[in-house]
Amino acid sequence: MCLAVPGRVVEIAERDGTRMAVVDFGGVVKDVCLEYLPDLAVGEYAIVHVGFALQRLDEESARRTLALFAELGLLQEEFGDPWEAAADAGPRGEAKP
Amino acid sequence: MRYLEEFSDPALARGLLDDIRAAVTRPWALMEVCGGQTHTIIRHGIDQLLPEGIELIHGPGCPVCVTPLEIIDKALEIAARPGVIFCSFGDMLRVPGSDRDLFRVRSEGGDVRVVYSPLDALRIARENPDREVVFFGIGFETTAPPNAMTVHQARRHGIRNFSMLVSHVRVPPAIEAVMTSPDCRVQGFLAAGHVCSVMGVDEYPELAARHRVPIVVTGFEPLDILEGIRRTVRQLERGEHTVDNAYPRAVRPEGNPAARAMLADVFEVTDRAWRGIGTIPRSGWRLSPRYREQDAEHRFDVAGISTREPERCRSGEVLQGLLKPNQCEAFGGECTPRTPLGATMVSSEGACAAYYLYRRLGAPATPQEATPVV
Ligand code: SF4
Repeated sequence: MCLAVPGRVVEIAERDGTRMAVVDFGGVVKDVCLEYLPDLAVGEYAIVHVGFALQRLDEESARRTLALFAELGLLQEEFGDPWEAAADAGPRGEAKP
Repeated sequence: MRYLEEFSDPALARGLLDDIRAAVTRPWALMEVCGGQTHTIIRHGIDQLLPEGIELIHGPGCPVCVTPLEIIDKALEIAARPGVIFCSFGDMLRVPGSDRDLFRVRSEGGDVRVVYSPLDALRIARENPDREVVFFGIGFETTAPPNAMTVHQARRHGIRNFSMLVSHVRVPPAIEAVMTSPDCRVQGFLAAGHVCSVMGVDEYPELAARHRVPIVVTGFEPLDILEGIRRTVRQLERGEHTVDNAYPRAVRPEGNPAARAMLADVFEVTDRAWRGIGTIPRSGWRLSPRYREQDAEHRFDVAGISTREPERCRSGEVLQGLLKPNQCEAFGGECTPRTPLGATMVSSEGACAAYYLYRRLGAPATPQEATPVV
């Protein structure tokens, strides 16, 4: 759960008085709150945790981390469908073949 | 050396390992605090690549695992109520309560929704003004600022049907608890990088000095972990015990000041029971009295819950680094990610799940063979 994924700011918009951005995580795009890094600009990278940008990251290390996460399947784990994963594991106490 | 090929830069990994090997003159026991780091270590076999005598003890840093059973049972009870939409991160779905989990509550008709961000839960509250929307706010210092902002926004925008069930935990008191335990074998810490991205490092020098233990802020990738180990071992061999930052690309000494200010406004420090471990003084955050309106424990009457832990589960010892998961008798037989006895077998950061995925048959499974856990 403490996984924080680097992403690139694509677009910034104020929404209901809150600074929000569209952030690209190696192809997966999410809405991200910028209130904790208000001067983050379009094109910059940040580490993002549960929809919040928490710290700036330089482009090179961000790209390297994203490539590694993609390879390890961690992006799927972070952004995939948890119901599917939970259902895959089968109901509690009844192992699925 | 089959693992080295899996590192993003095998030559660099080899160099770091050579450095560690050259520095070591006697055995040392290091604890990685964060469950995310435990997964990296087991997945890449880092513990097996290290020179003999360097032991990695897995720490209690899995928020899902340490969330007290009583809070889980409260969550399950609230989630089962008609009229409630219960929102949670995906990791919590299969965490066993006393007699069921959120997955079961949902299959029995409860409206349980998985969200990526706490702000998604707030949006659901706006869209469903006639329903009570409750978000399960757990996690360490990394997750607390997003949850704090969400509570703050709910109050600011007057979204009255939103509340949060809060059980946050803090790393420094956990380090204190590990160091003061009579069974403590830990001589150096890899501190959790993303916790420090938020909090900075100023809570650690006092701990390092008082317990004469090096604390090295460490990232999550395999090379980050090797670098953290290298710096910790170097300090130990020199008899030093300072705070060092091996993850400067994401950790500034002051952390994130805006996030820290929000945490101070929304939460207050409290004693917290850690599942399997017991109460650690001042180790948690709860909503401050100013946010009582948004506090799900206040809004829903969930007193009088009696909890029941499965006797055979030894996750408390696992979380304290006293037992390796595969030393538990139930491991891999009675207890698997499909039939978890303890939260450490469910969470993507739990040590039991890491061993099950990568260490079950003695040799690590390739990532493709591994079953995904939530
Ligand atoms: S293997 Fe299962 S029963 Fe044993 S400590 Fe881990 S979670 Fe508990």
